Amino acid sequence: MRYAAPTTTDEALELLRSDPDSQVFAGATDLIPQIRAGRPEPSLLVDLKRIERLVAVSRVNGAWTVGAATPTSALTANAEFSSTFPGLSEASGLIGSDQIQNRSSWGGNLCNASPAADSVPALIVNDARAVIACASGERTADVADIVTGPGETSLADGEFIIEFLLDNPPAGASDAYLRLIPRTEMDIAVVGAAVQLRLDGDSVASAKVALGAVAPTVVRVPAAEAALVGSTLDDAALAAAAAAASAACNPIDDKRGTIQYRRQVAGVLTRRAAQIAAQRAAEHPTAEQQEQGAN
Amino acid sequence: MPRTHALRTQVQCTVNGDEVDFLCADEASLLNALRDELGLTGVKEGCGTGDCGACTILVDGKVNCACLMFAPEAEGSSILTVEGIAQGDELHPLQQTFLEGAALQCGVCTPGFLVAAKALLDDNSDPTETEIRYALAGNLCRCTGYDKIIRAVQEAAVQLNGASK
Repeated sequence: MRYAAPTTTDEALELLRSDPDSQVFAGATDLIPQIRAGRPEPSLLVDLKRIERLVAVSRVNGAWTVGAATPTSALTANAEFSSTFPGLSEASGLIGSDQIQNRSSWGGNLCNASPAADSVPALIVNDARAVIACASGERTADVADIVTGPGETSLADGEFIIEFLLDNPPAGASDAYLRLIPRTEMDIAVVGAAVQLRLDGDSVASAKVALGAVAPTVVRVPAAEAALVGSTLDDAALAAAAAAASAACNPIDDKRGTIQYRRQVAGVLTRRAAQIAAQRAAEHPTAEQQEQGAN
Repeated sequence: MPRTHALRTQVQCTVNGDEVDFLCADEASLLNALRDELGLTGVKEGCGTGDCGACTILVDGKVNCACLMFAPEAEGSSILTVEGIAQGDELHPLQQTFLEGAALQCGVCTPGFLVAAKALLDDNSDPTETEIRYALAGNLCRCTGYDKIIRAVQEAAVQLNGASK
C-alpha cells in the first residue's frame, strides 16, 4: 500500500482517479481492523485529514458545516454544538473509547456503512446533508440516501464526503439518541434509536424517528412519527409509536441479540428517546430563541 | 504476486520531546514504527484492532491507539509514549502509585494505562471515580480486575494536586 495525504479536495480527487484501487480514510478505526481481518488491501491509501475543509467546524447563523473527518471528540467537546444537538452529540460520543473518539468521524461512521453506526440515525433525524466531492465538482445528498446496505454506499468510485450541513433545530425542537449494548461502554449497538420532536405547547407538532442496528440500513419509521404527532406523548401515543418501531424492524439474530429481542428493545428505546427529546424541547430554548432573547 | 513492502517514506515528528525522523513502509502501523525504528518497546501490541489500548500514546496531546495509525500519518505531530512520562530518573506520580499500589501484574497493559491516565489527569486534575473508569474504558487489563488501577490513579491525582498547591 502507498500512502498519500492531499491538502486539497482537487488533489484528493486526482489521486483517486489515478488509481482505481485506492481507498480514502479519516481515522482508519474500521479500515485497519478490516484489513487485518482479511479485507483486500487497497494499493493507495488517501488520508483526508490534511484537507482543511474535512476537519473544520463552523456555524454561520443557524447553519452548521462539519468536516467529514472531524474527530467526534471535537464535536462532543464543542459546548455550542452539544447544546444545539444534544442527541447527535450523544450518539457521536458513543463511538468507541477515548482513543477511538480522537479518530472516529461522521464521514467514516457513515461510509463504513455498518447498520449499527451510532451517529447515522441521529444525523438523519436532524436532516443532515452531505457535500460530496465528485468528478464534476461537488454535489449534495441527504445523509439518509448515502448508505444502501451493509458496507455499501451510493457514492461512486472516486467520490468522498467533504463535509456535513446541518441547520439549527427549529424553535421548540430537540433530539435524543439511545442505544442498548450489553455493557456500559465500548460495544456495538444491539439497537439504536434517534428521535427529534418539535413541540407546540404541550403537543407534538412534528416528529422524526430513526432506528439503527435493526435492518440492513438505518430505517426511518413514519408510522411511529405519525403516532406521536398531535399527541401530548400520552401513554397511548407512546405505545403506538413503540409498536410501530418494533414493526419497522427487520433485524438479524446474532450474538448481541435475537430478532425478537431487537424488536422489543426498538420499541422501548423509541418510547424513551421520544420522552427525552420532548423534555429537552420543552426545557432548552434553541439557539434561535436564545438569539432572539438576547436582542 | 506478493506485495512489496520496499516503499520507504521518511517521517519527521517529535517523540517524547525529541525531534526524530525515521523511514517506514507506507503501510506500517505507527505502533511498529515506534517499536522497530525508534526502539520504543513500551508501546505494546495487544489486539492490533483498537480494542485493548495497550498501544495507547498521545498524539498532539490526545490519546490514540498506535496500532490504528499508519506511520506516515505521524508527520509533523508530537508524540508521547510511556518512555517520555518520567522526568529523567524521577518517575511520574502515576508510575510511582502504580508501583506502590501493585496496580499491575503481568504489565503488558500498564504502559497504555499510564499514558491514558496521564491524559486524563492533564485534562482533569481531580476526576471522580466514574470519570476515571470512563476515561480508561479503552484500556483492557486481564489481571488486576481494574480496582487497583483506579485507586492508583486516584492517589496520583491527590499527589499531583498536593504538589501544585
